[in-house]
Amino acid sequence: MVIRATSLSLGYGARTVLRNLDFQVQRGEFVGILGPNGSGKSTLVNALAGLLPPQEGVIQLNGHDLQAVDSRVRAQTLAVVPQSNDIRFPFPCLEVVLMGRYPRRRRLGTLTPEDLIAGLRAMRQTTTEHLQDRLVTEVSGGERQRVVIARALAQEPDILMLDEATSNLDVRKKLEIFELCQELHRVKNLTVLCAIHDLNLAAMYCRRLIILKDDGLAEDGPTERVFTSEILSAVFETPMEVARHPRTRRLYAVMLPLSAGAPDEPEILKAVRLS
Amino acid sequence: MKAEELSPLEIREAWDRRRAGSRRFGLTLAGLALALGLSVCLATAIGRMDLGWGEIARAFLNKIGLSSFTLDRTGEVVVFHLRFSRAVLAALVGACLAVAGVIFQGLLRNPLADPFTIGVSTGAAFGAALLVVLGVEAALWGLSSLPLGALAGALGALMAVLILSREEGRIRQESLVLAGIVVSTFLSAFISLIKSLDEESLSAIVFWIMGSFSGRGWVHVGFLLPYGLAGLVLAAFNCRELDILALGEEQSHYLGVEVSRTRLQLLLAASLLTAAAVSVSGVIGFVGLVVPHLIRILAGPSHGRLLVLAALAGALTLIWADVLSRVILPGGQELPVGVVTALLGGPFFFYLLKTRKGRGLW
Repeated sequence: MVIRATSLSLGYGARTVLRNLDFQVQRGEFVGILGPNGSGKSTLVNALAGLLPPQEGVIQLNGHDLQAVDSRVRAQTLAVVPQSNDIRFPFPCLEVVLMGRYPRRRRLGTLTPEDLIAGLRAMRQTTTEHLQDRLVTEVSGGERQRVVIARALAQEPDILMLDEATSNLDVRKKLEIFELCQELHRVKNLTVLCAIHDLNLAAMYCRRLIILKDDGLAEDGPTERVFTSEILSAVFETPMEVARHPRTRRLYAVMLPLSAGAPDEPEILKAVRLS
Repeated sequence: MKAEELSPLEIREAWDRRRAGSRRFGLTLAGLALALGLSVCLATAIGRMDLGWGEIARAFLNKIGLSSFTLDRTGEVVVFHLRFSRAVLAALVGACLAVAGVIFQGLLRNPLADPFTIGVSTGAAFGAALLVVLGVEAALWGLSSLPLGALAGALGALMAVLILSREEGRIRQESLVLAGIVVSTFLSAFISLIKSLDEESLSAIVFWIMGSFSGRGWVHVGFLLPYGLAGLVLAAFNCRELDILALGEEQSHYLGVEVSRTRLQLLLAASLLTAAAVSVSGVIGFVGLVVPHLIRILAGPSHGRLLVLAALAGALTLIWADVLSRVILPGGQELPVGVVTALLGGPFFFYLLKTRKGRGLW
């Protein structure tokens, strides 16, 4: 397996956001991390990226304690696309993408043709090729996000983690990014983990869903089993209906007005309403 | 989405375009180096004592043992021990300050940061001045301890400023320069106080606070060199990391940079450079602020190039600022060089601030 979390508790200072998580991610999985605001999606991604040391428990990356893995080796294995990218220095976009080669370059070595090719390929894949010489401070927010995704791909990682990385992109660009992830997942066996708000996007691409709620794992399983009206309604405390699209054969969720009540109101929701 | 493969032609083109960038850098580098060489010569020729070029050339040839002209001894001393040494020292101090400015701006992600504005220079001056007053100046393995006192002062001031501007674990950009000014003003007052108590002349106070190369020579070049070189090497070794750190700590971590260790090394490098400069010349403002911005306009934000070009441009700037400080007053007295840099740098920075408002200072 690639990632294994054992009795993992995460938080900031005295506050614990997630308690006692146990899960594994195998090589080549496509996992979505869902949950309401504040349920700890970003916290979990930060921890899996080695940015946030666990309060308790261990995260293992390829069998080694993540906290002890050399930072360059970690960045060769695992790339992260954060939610927002506030880049203030006017680097040309190509140079930003080539920074993704940092973990694979020798410390004072010059850029090799392989580095350049990896950078260019990543820009082609994210349709940012035309931005090569444009300054990263002068492109639109969506373009900048795709440049950062290209930078992550230039790392040539085994695992790609997206933390709400497509939230600010329009529908088409969102789909393009996820199609690309799916393609890399299929062809190169890339492991993808994405924290994501958009339920339908998750249902369309993720084969497994981890749903966070009330400082723990509410659900963890194949999308087909977890993506149901009952579970989504309970987790998001919103009436939801899940159906299968006649053409794509994929599941999708529709939210109903809060006043409508859930179609088959689960016990949890009734309890919530009564209290 | 199936991306088609890259063609060799496309790769070639991108490669060549990057190479063209390197060529531009090389040309700028050569131009600045040439200007620096010429400036050192001119600075050696300009002064109150009128010496012809022939005389200067002969003094140099004698010095390196290629000739043995019989020369007026005064001329040789003026050329070699007063003017040339001073020009070299000014160049080294300028290079140190400009590189320190580049590091502070990139690392703190603040366009207004430089050794002077964030109080590190004054901290260094305080440390050095204190060492002089306490009389514990000593030579360790042939190295002067004065820069070490300055380094301690610089690090102390830096720590104070970073703590003052920190809020909830993050350094607040708006508070950084403010904290720097507070620390700097406080320590300036302290320098004045200890110098007054020590019954030293006003000129000693002015030296530390306004900066000057008056009466400085080869021995001071020796003070500066080991510490300045150590700082430069440390900075050069971390310049790629500096590029990435300029994107922010989180992203640097994702890209595999050891953030805390690298940041510590870079802060140490900038403090070493500042301490080396201040221990021989006092506090000289604006060089570390204006020069990096000028070079950014010329060469872009990549720190490897920035460090090299800013070092040369800083050297150039301070050589000429020092020449001005020597010749500008009609009576023959010298002006503190910090006065000249502030008089020139202030309006220039104002101009930068106004004309580049739309795209920010970077």
